[in-house]
Amino acid sequence: MIFTRRAVAAILASTLATGAAAQDDGPTRVGFIYVGPVGDGGWTYEHDQGRLAVEEEFGDAVETVYVESVPEGADAQRAIEQMALQGADLIFTTSFGFMDPTVAAAEKFPDVKFEHATGYKTADNLSIYSARFYEGRAVQGHIAGQITESNIVGYIASFPIPEVIRGINAAYLHAQEVNPDVEFKIIWAYTWFDPAKEADAATTLIEQGADVILQHTDSTAPQAAAEAAGNVYTFGQASDMSEYAPMPRVSSIIDNWAPYYIERTQAVIDGTWETSDRWDGIDTGMVGIGEITDAIPAEVKASAEDLRDRIGAGEYHPFTGPINRQDGSVWLEEGETADDETLLSMDFYVEGLTGTIPE
Amino acid sequence: MNLSAIDPILLLASLMVAATPIMLAAIGELVVERAGVLNLGVEGMMITGAVTGFVAATTTGSPWLGFVSAACGGALLSLVFGVLTQFLLSNQVATGLALTLFGLGLSALMGQGYIGIKAPAFPDWHVPLLGDIPVIGPIVFQHDPMVYVGLLIVLGVWAFLKFTQAGLVLRAVGENHDAAHALGYHVRRVRILAILFGGACAGLGGAYLSLVRVPQWTEGMTAGAGWIALAIVVFASWKPERLVLGAYLFGGVTVLQLNLQAAGVAVPVEILSMSPYLATIAVLVIMSAGRAPGSLGRIFHAAR
Amino acid sequence: MIALEKRPQPSTIWVYLAPLLAVVLTMIVGGILFAALGKNPISVISAIFYEPLFGEFAFYYRPQLLVKAAPLILIAIGLSFGFRAGVWNIGAEGQYIVGAITGAAVGLALYPAETRLIFPLMVVAGALGGWAWGMIPGLLKVKFGANEILVSLMLVYVAEQLVAAMALGPLRSPEGRGFPGSRNLSQWASSANPELMAGTGVHWGVVAALIAVIFAYITLSRHIFGFQVRLTGQSPRAARFAGVNPGRMVLACMGISGALAGLAGLFEVTGPSGQITIDFNVGYGFTAIIVAFLGRLHPVGILLAGGLMALTYIGGEIAQSNLGLPGAAVQLLQGMLLFFLLAVDVMTNYRLRVGTREVA
Repeated sequence: MIFTRRAVAAILASTLATGAAAQDDGPTRVGFIYVGPVGDGGWTYEHDQGRLAVEEEFGDAVETVYVESVPEGADAQRAIEQMALQGADLIFTTSFGFMDPTVAAAEKFPDVKFEHATGYKTADNLSIYSARFYEGRAVQGHIAGQITESNIVGYIASFPIPEVIRGINAAYLHAQEVNPDVEFKIIWAYTWFDPAKEADAATTLIEQGADVILQHTDSTAPQAAAEAAGNVYTFGQASDMSEYAPMPRVSSIIDNWAPYYIERTQAVIDGTWETSDRWDGIDTGMVGIGEITDAIPAEVKASAEDLRDRIGAGEYHPFTGPINRQDGSVWLEEGETADDETLLSMDFYVEGLTGTIPE
Repeated sequence: MNLSAIDPILLLASLMVAATPIMLAAIGELVVERAGVLNLGVEGMMITGAVTGFVAATTTGSPWLGFVSAACGGALLSLVFGVLTQFLLSNQVATGLALTLFGLGLSALMGQGYIGIKAPAFPDWHVPLLGDIPVIGPIVFQHDPMVYVGLLIVLGVWAFLKFTQAGLVLRAVGENHDAAHALGYHVRRVRILAILFGGACAGLGGAYLSLVRVPQWTEGMTAGAGWIALAIVVFASWKPERLVLGAYLFGGVTVLQLNLQAAGVAVPVEILSMSPYLATIAVLVIMSAGRAPGSLGRIFHAAR
Repeated sequence: MIALEKRPQPSTIWVYLAPLLAVVLTMIVGGILFAALGKNPISVISAIFYEPLFGEFAFYYRPQLLVKAAPLILIAIGLSFGFRAGVWNIGAEGQYIVGAITGAAVGLALYPAETRLIFPLMVVAGALGGWAWGMIPGLLKVKFGANEILVSLMLVYVAEQLVAAMALGPLRSPEGRGFPGSRNLSQWASSANPELMAGTGVHWGVVAALIAVIFAYITLSRHIFGFQVRLTGQSPRAARFAGVNPGRMVLACMGISGALAGLAGLFEVTGPSGQITIDFNVGYGFTAIIVAFLGRLHPVGILLAGGLMALTYIGGEIAQSNLGLPGAAVQLLQGMLLFFLLAVDVMTNYRLRVGTREVA
């Protein structure tokens, strides 16, 4: 495998030279590989908003291209490589499942810069980036714990992976901090995006007494279910979902990739691009906290905004000890903060959460 | 674990809503298959209905007009299938699959300007008197009108197949198209009408998702509901009365699974999600009465 | 009144003319669509149909065409036997998944042993897995008369749940940082299904697909089984008189199509795809049904049809990334191509008669 790949790389490199030369005078080409359709209104939609922001920022100096609904696996590798062949200078691959294909493409195209979202493998011409969504979850938990009257918070989770578990833990810790009686009911939907199923999940949680719904799935179906039920609070996910503000949506986590995409494009234009491993949060705006509406009490809003600002300023880490694991064992001592390595591979609940993480 | 958190009344009530879109699509497909035609394009017709319904409803502000347009959109798309299979004698399996591909693409293009818009409200209908009955009222009589429209369509199809002359002709065409042809029935005409009805019902089911359940337009939002509708038809062994049961079973497994999870029961999600399909296979095997219509999927050409 | 009359023999001219006509019609109607979307129709159509074959980067796309077409052809060849004999396996997608799972499971059970025996073992396991999954509807049909179209379709959903469970559970890579998905089989020498000649895209799956085409061609034209298959399709009664056991025919057809679909899954998971993931399957099993029909169930036809489908996929991606064509437009174009092919195909088996009335 390796030696054949090298051989291909050689062939490709020879033709690349001409391709790269041909477009030196042209605009910088930035490519995007999307896992879903740009019309999903969530994950892919927000990446595409980032792409449009790049176009707006640079005008004629940059040309962007994208391929949507690329299946993870063989098709992804081809889509990435063909983009590189056609003269892309910088390619963002925006799904965890594109990791190995991106690594393989980066090996074949040493002169093209690659950026892979939410993965963990880097190379000389391959950077990774992700967002500390758990910071936003902490703010949501902080609000949820105070506004719930039934003390039951519903949580629509997608897949049992570290990112989602991290979000649940962050939300729970900050809900419990302000409301020791709070209980989380968690549903694993096993999907990132299935409006009908998400609607069912939200309805189920509401029927079982939840009056606040947090979601880690991307459609607005839970918002609509909450609106129909009345007196249920929700938070936008991925997009602002402001069409449901001020009620039921009282705030949101917005994936705001635009600043990062603009910065990295600029770096390629300037020739200063270097491999990096970026995990940004509220501080750089990669995790946006959507407007907190007046549907919640003013003092809750004020304290949530304060929490947001403290996290953004780096004064407070959402995982600051003492924190125990679900089984009662000590995870973080008093004042200790979680290291990124543990967070990235988090596979346990914190103390107080009930239920088990599915295997 | 706290099973008492599950309120059986609410569980059953939400089951009725969850079952509605798949029931609508399934009853249409049931008629199509009883006429001897296998249309695997349900998913494509559903999503086309979802987008046409959404576009019409948001443009006019009337959900009812949305549903009417969705039925028309679904029927129009099914007409492509009808012309190809009935007049150009193409293979039904391949044409149906192509229809799904086509419908998914078409709907995504049509819906491009409609992402992130809210659908006009379609309030629940508290049936007078009946809605006030304890237990039964909240379960059955406090839903949006389309839930009842769906059930009425099933009832209508049941009566149509059982009691009317036209229903008899349709069944005859489905059982043995050569014999029906010999008796002077218009095999093609019957089948085209059945296909149109199937398309309209699938369109309604799709619009129920985009206008009531979600309610919003997003690409690919039917997420396999059309295929579930096909399974329900088989599960029901082509009988409308069993179809209601099948739709509630398929809808119910999802709702129940979510309820158990929320109540803290560690459920093997994949196994539960498989169960309705396994049940359908079991039904196919066990019910000898569950025989498919005799001419299902076969091409009819009147030899002279 | 225009009526159709069945030709005694399929028209030789139309066999070749129909696909060409369909492609031309698709280009015309597609061109109008692209123009309506504000794109230059000529450049879109040339991006889809010309670029991958003869464009500047054809040296890259041609091998990719093989990679994309191979599973389609392999599965479609298997299906064509059954479709000829009136055995409707539309659950190849499920057999593809199960073949990949069983093959990968066997390989992963032996990880990290370094021996050349592992890959062949996985190939066998993959074929057996697909075969077994295909035998379920086969046996239920023979024993209980259960409709194989529907049973095999139901089993696709079961297989989809199964692959999700495997990716999250037993086959999840211990080094994957908790993410679902197995180890990358294409990066482990013992299980890898590599490119056999650099830059050609040819991997074992491509080889298997070509062998299957030749094997199917010989079987159908020379072997007694091929004769029985054709006879069963043309006249089940005559076949029974000729001593064909209908039950055995069902099992043979389901078994062959299942095994080939399983093989396709195995070659995909060890090669181009590399991993068992939650959404490992991308619809090859369903697309292969279309390929089988486009190829008129003939091995050579399937070979060409598989290539054509692959062309629209790869050309569609080029049109997307170079010309900003929405992905949905490509899907629409594929649907249209199939519609036209199915529509003009009527001319192969029927001829038009003008002037007489038909009773139907």
